[in-house]
Formats: sequence, structure tokens, C-alpha cells
Amino acid sequence: MSLIDSIALPRNFRLPRADGLVQWIVPLGIIVVWQIACVTGFVPTRVLPAPSDVALAGWKLLLSGELVRNIWVSFWRASIGFLIGGSIGFAFGLANGLSQLSAKLTDTTLQMVRNVPHLALIPLVILWFGIDESAKLFLVALGVFFPIYLNTLHGIRTVDPQLIEMGRIYGMTDSELFRRVIFPGALPSIFVGIRFALGIMWLTLIVAETIAASSGLGYMAMQAREFMLIDVVVLSILIYALLGKLADSASRVLERATLSWHPAFQKR
Amino acid sequence: MQTALRTALPETELASLANFAPQTRVVREERPAQASGLPLSIRGLRKSFGDNEVLRGIDLHIPAGQFVAIVGKSGCGKSTLLRLIAGLEKIDAGSISFADEVKAEDIRVMFQEPRLLPWARVLANVEVGLGRDRASKDADARAEKALNEVGLADKRDQWPSVLSGGQKQRVALARALVSRPRVLAFDEPLGALDALTRISMQRLLERVWRDQGFTAILVTHDVAEAVALADRVLVIEDGRIAHDVTVNAARPRERGSAELASLEGSILRHLLSAEDRT
Repeated sequence: MSLIDSIALPRNFRLPRADGLVQWIVPLGIIVVWQIACVTGFVPTRVLPAPSDVALAGWKLLLSGELVRNIWVSFWRASIGFLIGGSIGFAFGLANGLSQLSAKLTDTTLQMVRNVPHLALIPLVILWFGIDESAKLFLVALGVFFPIYLNTLHGIRTVDPQLIEMGRIYGMTDSELFRRVIFPGALPSIFVGIRFALGIMWLTLIVAETIAASSGLGYMAMQAREFMLIDVVVLSILIYALLGKLADSASRVLERATLSWHPAFQKR
Repeated sequence: MQTALRTALPETELASLANFAPQTRVVREERPAQASGLPLSIRGLRKSFGDNEVLRGIDLHIPAGQFVAIVGKSGCGKSTLLRLIAGLEKIDAGSISFADEVKAEDIRVMFQEPRLLPWARVLANVEVGLGRDRASKDADARAEKALNEVGLADKRDQWPSVLSGGQKQRVALARALVSRPRVLAFDEPLGALDALTRISMQRLLERVWRDQGFTAILVTHDVAEAVALADRVLVIEDGRIAHDVTVNAARPRERGSAELASLEGSILRHLLSAEDRT
């Protein structure tokens, strides 16, 4: 996604020097306006607690250790599920991109499964796994699988055939051709898949934790709702936003490190 | 030979970049001792794609070290002939034989597109040309030497995306040269370059050909380029060799000389009259 964004920029486009700060102006502005609206009574605190109240709730939960524990549980579920689903998706993408036989054998099946919304499986998954860890991991892995599978496959299929012909002329073996031509050529597309998958990862996890869990951020929010602790509910939502941003930044850093050859990622 | 090359390089670079006046030409009279070119013979070569018969019986002998240009209108089969010689397509009928046993590294192709790996630095791209010797210890040194020959030694650590079109083609040339090929096939390698870059690239091609003595086969749609570079120009029409013209002009050649211009004119007239007939 960022790849396409960056390509669309004109060549002489320069990011402002204080890039790191500029991007936080809008979120901070929203918080300030929100605080003012709450303090003046424009928004009743029963509907939306003031940011200061949310911060206070966060501080209390932090002291009790509950917040860290729940964030850690959610983070752990998200990463393990992502690793499992991502690796399987990557493996299938490679296999189906490189082998006609494998593609014929599995692609149709995978496309059918893809069109079932994976969250529709929640009742079935609860019946299978209960509200155990495996249920959440299964759902996250399933959700993450498809964007990575599709984009890996697409990346490999669209590697410039002229480069592949060049590699063959210059006597590259199959493994060399993969390592030096096909994989680096597919990498930008694989990263698009990873960033889509990160979004789906959080979405799936939150829904799963809200419906059936005994720990984690989603569980914390649902508990708070039962006790009418609206500040904790809002706090959970804000933490989701921050975690999502964190995952996205991590993938950007990886992208920059591995795609430094790409004109879109070169320092201008 | 190597030392001669190194010292001669800056001058030639200057000559190719600064101007085209005759007094700045670098004259290199003697050929290297090991004339490494490979002769090849083609007998009754045919090739079709589906119902379309592209080559209808080509008979041709190219002596070692000759510079042959193949011209013809688009779709006449000139690129197909080149791809068959380079072993990129399967032969339907007939034969292509080289005097010696050939290794893959002996025949190299340069395309209209540079086909550089965008994710490899310039030096690594040149090393691709070493074929199976890529992993050897002197790979870096050999690649650097080839880069030096095309005058791009200072770009060794750049990404291809920052190079100009002409520089990319020079890297592609270095990649083709690095394995010291005995036959070098050019498929319109200068077709996408601007006029001035073309001329300096033509001089570069001529210089490396004279230095290394490989057999050169150049497919081009530019008749002026063909007569400026080649010892012999083949005109292909309807899948056959319609004309085999020898260019005797002394080297290094002066662009725009009356001799070359009249030769160019007669080949062009032939190509155009064939066009009118069809």
C-alpha cells in the first residue's frame, strides 16, 4: 500500500524535516478538542469520558498490572497467529506461483475458502476449541493467510519475464533464479500482503476476544462494559489504534530495509 | 593488452563524449594476439511460430571475428535469427554450427532493454554475466575490469535505478563482456537511446569489438548504424537473406562520410522498394 502511495508522489516531493512530529498533529488536535468538549459539558461524560479520565483509568490499570497483562496476552495471540497463518500463506503462495501443478491442485479450493468470511466461523470455532487460546490463534491465522497468500502469488506471477529469461541465459540454476530474481521481484507485493494482513490480524483478534475470551484487550473492554466503566472501554479502543499503528510502522521499517533498491524507498 | 586498455580508456571516453572530430579518434591498429572470435555456419535454417513461417531457409557463414549487421523491416525475422543463434529458441529445421565446442559463457546476448536486476548493485549485476564462475574468488575483480572497459567503474556501488538509459546499457554490455564471450549477439541494443548517446555507444561497441575480437552479430533497424559498425550487412526479406553487402570502409570510420552514405542509401532504397512491392 505504501509502495503505491509513494510511487504516486511526484519526484521532487520532499517530506518536511519534522516528519516525525507532523504526523501527530492531527491525533493530538483531536484529543485537545475532545477534552475541551468534555470539560465544557458539550459532550456528557456518560457518552464519552474526557481524555484525562481515560488516561487516569489507564494509569490505575497500569498500576494494578491488569493493563500490561492484557496487552501482552493480545500481542502474543496476534503475533503467533500471524506467524502461523503468514507462513502457511507464504508457503502456498510460493508453491502455487512456482508450480503449475500445485496451483491447479489447490488454488480453486483456496479461492472458495477465501470467500467465506472467516469471522462467520466463530460459532463453529467455539464449538471446536471452546474459548481456549487455540480458537483465537486459529481465527487470526485464517484471516492472515489470504492476503499473504494472494499477494505472494501475485508477486511471483508478475516478476518481469525478461529478467527471468536473462537469468536463464546467464546460466542461473533454479535455486539461484529464485534467490536472485524471483523472490526479490516478488518482495514489494509480499509487503503489500503483510500490511493488509496486519490490519486483518487486529480486527480478527479483537472480534474474537470480545465474543469469547477470559483475558486480553477485547475481554477487558467487555468486562468494563458490564460494570459501565466507559473510560476503560474507550481506553481499550485507543490502545487498539496505537497497536495497529505500531504494527504498520514495523512493517514500514522492514520494507525500507529490504527494498532500498526501489526508487520509491530511496532517500531523495 | 590490459595495460594498453587502461591507459587508452580516458582518451576514448573523451573522444566519444566530447565531439566527433576526426583528430580526436583513438587509433588502435593491432588486434590482440588471441583472436577469440568463433566462426559459425548456418545451413537451411527454418523457423515458424504456428502457421507463420518466419525464417524460410537461411544459409550463412560468418568467419571468426567478423562484425555482421542484420537489417530488415520489422517482422522480417531478423530478431528470430539472432535468438536462434543465441540458443533462445528451438530450431525447426536446418542447423547452426560453431567451429569449436561452445560453452554457455561463449555466446552472450544484449537486448534492447538493459534487463538489469533492479535489486542488485551495478557490480553484482555485472557478476551475473560470469555464469558459473559467479562464486569464484576473482569474480569481483573481473566484474570491475569489465565495468572499467565500459567506463563505469565509479558506478559500481550504485543501484541501477539511478543510472541513465545509456549507462544502464553500458552496464548490460559489461555484463555480456565479463565472461569474454566468443560470439556476442546484439538485439537492437541502442534502439531506445537518444541520438548522441547512440553514437557514443556505437563507438564503444566498435572499440570493445576491436579489443576483444569476438564475432559480433548486430540486429538493427537503423541502416546508418549497420554500415557504420559492420564489416558486412545482411538484408533479410520474407525470411530469406535478400542481400549480402560487404562494407570495406577503413576503421575507425568517419560518420557521415560519402562512402558510408552512398552505401546506406543503396541499402535503404532496396528496403523501400521491397516495401513498395508488397
